Formats: sequence, C-alpha cells, structure tokens
Amino acid sequence: MALTLSTGSGFWNPVVWLIAIAVVVVVVYLVWRRGEAGYTAGSAQVKPFISGNAEPAKKVAQMPASNLYWGFTEALSGYYSRVVPAHTGIVTDYLLWVLWVTAALFLLVVIT
Amino acid sequence: MFANLPYLTVVVLTVIGLSIILLKRNMVKVTMGLNILTSAVNLLIIVLGYREGGIAPIYTLAPQTYMVLPTPQALCLTSIVIGVATTALLLSFTMVIYRKYGTVNVAEMRELKE
Amino acid sequence: MIPQFLWDHAPAMTVAVPLLAAFLCPLIGKFTATGRKAWVLAAAAATSALALFTAWRVYTLGTWVYVFGATVPNLSVPPDSGGIPIRIIFEVDAMSALMLVIVAIVGFSVILYSLSADGKRSGLEGYYTLFLLLIASIVGMVSTGDLFNFFVFFEISGLASAALVAYRVEAGRAVEAGLKYFVVSTLAGIFMLFVIAILYGQYNALNIAMLASRMQFTMLDKIALVLIIGALATKAGSVPMHFWTPDAYALAPSSVTALLVVASQASLYGLFRLIFTLYNLSLNAATVGWVLIILGVLSMFVGVTMAIPQKDVKRLMAYHAISQTGYMLLGVGTGLAVLGNVAMLDAFGRMAMEGGIFHIINHAIYKGLLFLTAGAIIYRVGTRDMNRMGGLGHRMKWTMIFFMIGALAIAGIPPFNGFASKLMIYESVYLFNPVLAIIAMVVSILTLASFVKVFHSIFMGPQLPEYEHVEEAPTAMLWGMGILAALVILFGLFPQQVVDSLITPAANALLDQSGYLASILGGA
Repeated sequence: MALTLSTGSGFWNPVVWLIAIAVVVVVVYLVWRRGEAGYTAGSAQVKPFISGNAEPAKKVAQMPASNLYWGFTEALSGYYSRVVPAHTGIVTDYLLWVLWVTAALFLLVVIT
Repeated sequence: MFANLPYLTVVVLTVIGLSIILLKRNMVKVTMGLNILTSAVNLLIIVLGYREGGIAPIYTLAPQTYMVLPTPQALCLTSIVIGVATTALLLSFTMVIYRKYGTVNVAEMRELKE
Repeated sequence: MIPQFLWDHAPAMTVAVPLLAAFLCPLIGKFTATGRKAWVLAAAAATSALALFTAWRVYTLGTWVYVFGATVPNLSVPPDSGGIPIRIIFEVDAMSALMLVIVAIVGFSVILYSLSADGKRSGLEGYYTLFLLLIASIVGMVSTGDLFNFFVFFEISGLASAALVAYRVEAGRAVEAGLKYFVVSTLAGIFMLFVIAILYGQYNALNIAMLASRMQFTMLDKIALVLIIGALATKAGSVPMHFWTPDAYALAPSSVTALLVVASQASLYGLFRLIFTLYNLSLNAATVGWVLIILGVLSMFVGVTMAIPQKDVKRLMAYHAISQTGYMLLGVGTGLAVLGNVAMLDAFGRMAMEGGIFHIINHAIYKGLLFLTAGAIIYRVGTRDMNRMGGLGHRMKWTMIFFMIGALAIAGIPPFNGFASKLMIYESVYLFNPVLAIIAMVVSILTLASFVKVFHSIFMGPQLPEYEHVEEAPTAMLWGMGILAALVILFGLFPQQVVDSLITPAANALLDQSGYLASILGGA
C-alpha cells in the first residue's frame, strides 16, 4: 500500500522518516556504548557536576514557568501591552466583541 | 403603518435587549436583556407566519380553511422552552456567584482574565 | 449479521441511545454507584459503535437520508406533499460521517477516562446525565439536515456544556467560567434563531436542501450569512470572539474539556455546512473566503501569542485550541476563496480543504490527548499552576510519554498526525498567498516553543520534595489517553490511507452541493 502522502505540490513519506530515525538511534546507541559501564551508587559519580560548586537546593535551582520566555514577552511588549489588557474578564465586553465583529462582517459582506 | 407595527415592535425590543446586555453592569439585568432579545426574535417568527384574514390553525370545527401558518408557532414554542431553560440556568449561575463572590456586578466578577 | 433494524434506523439510534441512557442515569445511580459507572460506559460504547457503523455505511454506500416519522425511513418527498420534503430529515453525508467518527473516538475515550478521574466526586447523578446529553447533542448537530433541528441541538449542547463547565463549584471560579461561556453561547443562539426567522420568512422551508434549491442571494440572505458566520465562529472559538474559550476550557473538569473541543468543532462543522451547502456559489466566494482566512490568521496568531505567557496549564492549552481552530479556518477559507475558479480549485483548493478537514480530526485527537494528560497531572498534583510544578517526569512516566506525543503532534513534528495535515495546509495555502503560509509556519514554531515551556516546567527538572508521593495516573485514565495516543501515531504513519478513505470523500461532499440536494429532493 502506498504510504506516501501526496499534497498537490509535494510529498511526505513516513517510512523515510522512520528509517532516518532508526539510523540516528543506532548511532546514538553506538556512542552510548562507549561510555563507562560501572558506577558506584550514592557516591559523587551520580550527583550533578557544576564545576565543583555545591549543588543549590532543589527549589532554588528550578526555573518557574513564568520566567522561561521572559525575553520573548519583553521583546514583543508593544504587542502584549495592547492585547493582554483587551482580555478583561467582563462578560459584557465579550458580547461587545461578538457584536463588533458581526457589524464589521456586515460592512464587508453586505456592502461589497 | 399599522401593518408594519409588529415588525417595528420587534426592532424596538431588539434595540432594548441589545442596549441592556451591552450597557448594564448587573448580571440579573443582563440575563433579562438576553430574555428580551429572545422574545423579540420569537415575536418575529410568529409575525412572519401571519396571513391576512386567516384564522387560528385548528382543523376541528373550523369556520374557514384559510389559516395562518402553524409551523412558526411550533418553532416559537420550542424556542420559548429553550429560553426558559437558558434564563433558569443563567439565574442559577448568578445566584451561586453571588453566594461565593458577594457581588452581581459584571465588572467585579473578574477572577478569570487575560 | 447486523440486524435489519440497525441497517434501517442507525442514524436515529445514534442520537436516541445516549439520550435515553442520559435520563436513566440518575435512576440507576439511586441504587448502585458502580451500576451507574457500568451503565455510562455501556452507553458510551453503544453510541460509539452506532456512530462508527453509520459512518462506515455512509463511506461505503453513499449519503444516508433518514426521515423521522415516514412510512419508509428514506421517503423524504412523500407523493402527496407536492414535491416538498416534509418532516425532520437527517442527512448523513461523508462530512457528517467524519464528524461522527470523531465523536465516536473522543467520546468513548473521554468517558473511559472520566470514570476514574471524576469517580470520587459528589453530585455525580447530574454529571453523567449532562455528559451523555452533550454527546447526544453533538451527534445530532452533525447528522441533521434541518436548520431548526440544528438550532435545537446547538442550544442543547450549549446548556449541557455550560452546566458541565460549572460542575465543580468550590470557590465559584468554575461557575464564573460557565456563566461567561453560557452568556456568549446564548447570544450566538439568538443570532441563529434570527437566521432561521429570516430564511423561513423568505423561502417557507427549514430543510437545508430545500433552502439551498430556493436560494437567491438577496440582501436578507446576506444578512443571514453574516449572522451565521458571527454566531458559529463565536461558538467555535475564533478570535476576536474567543474570550470565553480560555475561561471555560481551563475550569471545566478535564474530561469535559476534551469533549468541549469536539463541541466547538461541531459548531465549525455547522459553519462549513451552511456556507458550502446552503449558499455555495450564490454567495460572493472570494469575499467570504477571505473573511474566513482573516479570522483564521487572527486566531492562529493571537491564540499562540497569548498562550506563551500563561501560568495555568489548561488555560495555555485552551489558547492553543483557539490557534489550531485558526488552521482549520485558513484551510477551508482558502478552498472557499477559489470556489468559483475551477482551475485554482483543482490545483490547490481541494488540497487546502482536505488539509483543513484533516486538521479537524487530528486536532480533536491530539487536543483531547493533551487535555487528558493535563487532567491526569492536576488529579495527582492538585494544582493547575505551572510555577509550582516540576520534576514530575521522575514519577509519571506514561503521562510524560503521552504528553510528549500530544505536544509533538500539535507542533506539527513528523511523524505524528499534526504534521500531515499541516503540510497539506502549508503547501496549498502557499500557492494561494505565500504570506499566509509563512504566518502559519511561524505560528507552528511558536506552538512548539510554548509546549517546550510546558514540558520543561512540568516534567523536567529535579524531583521536588513536595511531590515525592505523586504516583502514576490511574489505569482507566491511562487507557483513555492510550487510545488517543495510538491514534495519533497511527494517523501519522498512514496519512495517505486516512486522507483517501476519510477526508477526500468529506471534502468532496462539502464541495458538491448538487449531490446533497439530489439525495433529498431527488426522491426516495
């Protein structure tokens, strides 16, 4: 059975991708096999290595979700400062938006 | 002018309903505004079925066979029932929010925003 | 082997079985709670089996016309009616069959999940009633060929889903979300009723096929078209009428959210059905097509950019649902914009429509999976705030794998199903207008970025001390998620089979208005 998905101007065959992934997995396995086989549990070998510094407490080391994309939101602050306050929580504003869009569609569809 | 009076009523009710739901801040009033809007559309449906000189669409002992259309009346009944359920659910939501938040002002029930 | 009763009456049974089961639920629940769980599971299994049977018959034998109350089930135009189809008619063509397949898959997985996720809550007698009622209303919305019947099922789904969203009262947040959702839904319902009044007043018909055959595109019909787009795009959650979506999806119980996604897509189906079958070429296809495209592009962009700064995991996923709805609007809008131009329609219009429609089923599956995994995490951890989660990958391995599959699928990464439908949309929309395809690709990258954020903050990182006791999600929930994840992988590995057997007939049925009319008006 043909496994190729043909869009009008291109194609995509998942089998090709699976073969590529299989090759990558084999390469990864070969590299992994060259590592150290044994280790002593509980010693310094299993702790994270931070150039000899002490490992910070779990809570301090965790990066909370709100801070992960600070750079992105800061760069687009001109956009966010307008769009985010538009999401007031007021339900009559929600209705106002529905009516504004319907009115705009009136002008677009009925007049043209 | 009098022939169009029902349609004018529909327009007036629609405008009243829309202005209530957009301008009022009390949730109970917004619910009633939605109810008025539903009534306006129900009235429109019934009026569209009217035929000049027709009688009520009941066949038993009918004095004449020229009747107004019965289908809009069935549509309107269904819509009234839906409107009752809608208004009841909206009012019960408002009651629970009043009990939990202490307010029925739409501008103050804004725990969920952005 | 299959009883003659089902061969004749399956479309009606698919609505009747969940409806009857819904109203018997409180009665059975009065005696045994376990009996109620078994009853609900059996009803969901029966509904899914009936829906899949109906879809299978439609795909193999053609459009299924079912008339309620006639002497023979397919007697749409009785000899004494004067050539007018009377009675309520269910017309299940290939596009409806696709939506039935979606409801069957997602409905069963979600109820299986909900048996353990919501099993220990109080007030369950109303909960499962509303759940089955919501499933029945979605099935009704997608099968019907009658405009007023569509409105009735539309309102039933609005009522049932609003009550389900507000189910867990607690501090009142969920009730606020349910209120906001329901107010917007009521306004959309009033618009739909207005449309029915306008169309009935002009053409004295409620059947979609009858209206389509009598349609002249007068000024009143243009007003009706605008109201239809306004109402149904609002219920589907497209920007700028999307404000209810994050509130409702975030605060509903997770199984309900997955089904709300399907309900929103049923409204999207209604929009496509009314535009393509009721109006078809009588409207100004280029203008309305561009309207859908602009709504789609706005939804994609605003959805994903609002998702990135969110802290609440389900609110973030809800914004992504808005964004993915934009892809569907973009694909089908492109097909609509070139509807009058046969050369362009064959070159890329059909492919764009197939991409948009394929995206509907893909989205239902992977979004359902993502919401169910979010629900599993919230069930074990007790909070929806991502700032307080971390390191859950150490304990919840299966949930993590399912989440990864869902996140890679929504970002459009091969070999999952999201990639197949997005590729179709990118390539065909590029031929229409390159800027739109570039915006779509940028949105895809931002989707991946935002899900990397979610994955990292929930699953990665050190094992936090307060989550030492967290275990893997319960088995019923894992099975529910597993069905959807298996389908994500399956649809991704065999996309051409899925497109050939499910999607191309659906796109053709949508574009082919005369076939739809002939099934009803051409006689029995």
